[in-house]
Amino acid sequence: MSTLTPAEPRSSVPAPHARTNGSRRRGKSRMDPTRNNTAAGVAAWLLALLFAVPVLWMILTSFHSEVDAATNPPSVAAGLTLDAYKEFFGATSGVSPWPSLINSATASVFSTVLVLLLAIPAAYALSIRPVKKWTDVMFFFLSTKMMPVVAAVLPLYLFAKTAGALDNIWFLGLMYTSMNLPIAVWMMRSFLDEVPVEMLEASQIDGAGLLLTLRKVVAPVAMPGIAATALICFIFSWNELLLARVLTGVVAGTAPVFLTGFVSGQGLFLAKVCAAAVVISLPVLFAGFAAQDKLVQGLSLGAVK
Amino acid sequence: MRAKIRVAALAAGALCVALSATACAGAGGGNSAGDPNAINVLMVNNPQMEDLQRLTADNFTKETGIRVNYTVLPENDVRAKISQEFSSQAGQYDVASLSNYEIPFYSANGWLASLDSVAKDPEFNQADILPAYTASLTGKDGKLYGEPFYGESSFLMYRKDILEAKGLTMPEKPTWDQVADLAAKVDGAAPGMKGICLRGQPGWGQVFAPLTTVVNTFGGTWFDKDWNAKVNAPEFTAAVDFYTKLVRDHGEAGAAQAGFTECLNNISQGKVAMWYDATSAAGALEANDSPVKGKVGYAQAPVKETKSSGWLWTWSWAMQAASKKQDAAGKFIAWASSKKYEELVASKFGWSKVPSGKRISTYENADFQQAAPFFKAERFAIENADPKNPGVQMRPAVGIQFVGIPEFAALGTRVSQGVSSAIAGQGSVADAVAKGQEAAQKVGDKYK
Repeated sequence: MSTLTPAEPRSSVPAPHARTNGSRRRGKSRMDPTRNNTAAGVAAWLLALLFAVPVLWMILTSFHSEVDAATNPPSVAAGLTLDAYKEFFGATSGVSPWPSLINSATASVFSTVLVLLLAIPAAYALSIRPVKKWTDVMFFFLSTKMMPVVAAVLPLYLFAKTAGALDNIWFLGLMYTSMNLPIAVWMMRSFLDEVPVEMLEASQIDGAGLLLTLRKVVAPVAMPGIAATALICFIFSWNELLLARVLTGVVAGTAPVFLTGFVSGQGLFLAKVCAAAVVISLPVLFAGFAAQDKLVQGLSLGAVK
Repeated sequence: MRAKIRVAALAAGALCVALSATACAGAGGGNSAGDPNAINVLMVNNPQMEDLQRLTADNFTKETGIRVNYTVLPENDVRAKISQEFSSQAGQYDVASLSNYEIPFYSANGWLASLDSVAKDPEFNQADILPAYTASLTGKDGKLYGEPFYGESSFLMYRKDILEAKGLTMPEKPTWDQVADLAAKVDGAAPGMKGICLRGQPGWGQVFAPLTTVVNTFGGTWFDKDWNAKVNAPEFTAAVDFYTKLVRDHGEAGAAQAGFTECLNNISQGKVAMWYDATSAAGALEANDSPVKGKVGYAQAPVKETKSSGWLWTWSWAMQAASKKQDAAGKFIAWASSKKYEELVASKFGWSKVPSGKRISTYENADFQQAAPFFKAERFAIENADPKNPGVQMRPAVGIQFVGIPEFAALGTRVSQGVSSAIAGQGSVADAVAKGQEAAQKVGDKYK
């Protein structure tokens, strides 16, 4: 990611971005096949494996029986079974996970769309055509993230109760929108910052209007950034537990709330929870893979220009 | 140009506000509170509740036409949600699973609807419910506010085969000194086997459930009858010292993190020879897939100064005062706590899965007696538990393994952290009780 700290406001005078040049230099040196790079490659792989181990462990446990999952020391080589997955899909309890998965999808997609609709114009007004005191605006956005959510939970609950919005998935989606909006504005601003001023000027000289410029010039360059922002917002909403647990009940429960229902105070539950966690992670994983190309571009924007 | 952008931004903003407003307007549609033939139940996700979930649609709903929407959450989460829901009387849930710890003060706060209509139903037969529960679920105004779903006391579970192999016998009503002695002797009786499993995990409902019963029988108490804290009194300290030493010397590995589930795993996997905990654990030990089925003996909760020391606990159904469907909710409670429901569970899943420990008739049922070799010990423990007078001195509030005031959950949990550290070897008991005394006195002062 590029400049997260607001630098100088953009002026119409073309000024090459120092950061861009720096990135380009880094990009070049990465191509030199030196021993240093081999070591770095090994380190990167080791680190990646280290991050993957808990996930792999979760997947392995989800295919074990409850008794095998609970043994200490862990029985790695225990027989594999699909019981935990059958349990998750309600084989014995008869409780289907689908409503909660659909709820999660609804809240996540709804809030992500809303966030993008709001964040892109806001970022435009903070980057390409910065408003006055735009750094203050940026700071204001960030300051809304400074209060811990848990401090706002009770007022939110009481508000939702009075407004009749308890257990309503759209209200939850709205909460997620406000939760993700500041992050999205910050991300989008830094992505829009990467749109070369020369291109904007060129399109203006060629007589393109605002909408045409947005569509033909800004959008193609910013698209990877939009994809990255959308994915981050989607993941944050999909995984959110605290607000969902407090604000939902019978009909609007989301997947993470459903998952916690497997954690039992009496009896074995590890395999079931792992299976639930695997299934619930899949949509995010798929979204990540689908957006991978755009994402890599988005996250390394500036280096590839 | 700039003006155009502003217009565009404003338009986008207006669109978003409009969108979210529509979303809010749609609120009523998402809430099931409107359906007159459906009730919402919020409950803890213990295995007995999972069985209930499986049996509701084909039985209760079929018979009455009332649909039941369940929300199940782990114990701590469900407590938080219930207190939030009931204190604000949000009316989202008609019925919730509450224990005999909460029901007295929830009812005093006016958050619960009386269940007298259920109790008066001759088919329900309130006289069949063990009197200890009826007493502990009755509010100060004399009305009944909870019907037990299942109940438990605490007792000592031990491996008969291990003790026998060592030539040891377990008295029917052991003392703590005898138990400590036995724990030392069976420690290492099999490879990797420790003497006893005792909860060490922080939490008022974890380590302090068994530990408070030890405190009681050692002659200690959290508060005397005038709300003076007694946490650093010699009896309380001696009990915590004894418990900590026993679990450190002969207790399970990783005791400071062990709660009910860990101990259940430990005894099932042959890692401990004894376990002092809830009588409701016995059902899991005697289940068909249990590796220790038939190998476990049951003795009364160990004592020192008192005649008995078992606790009393029940997960019960309570109805929210703000519920608009009290009729349907009452029918549900009457069904879930009925004898008929126990028989239904027995026919589907076997007698060892029955949510027992609440009805006298269950203990007299020959099939149950056969499936539950612990039935005598459990019934004796429940019938001998006295929540009003569990120790050697008068108490200011009801409760055996807890003090029946809302502040106890936070207080117990706070003090338990010191005890848990002492079990882990990272702090001293003297320190834990000294800090506990201070915290307890602050709570006691509120009631003076």
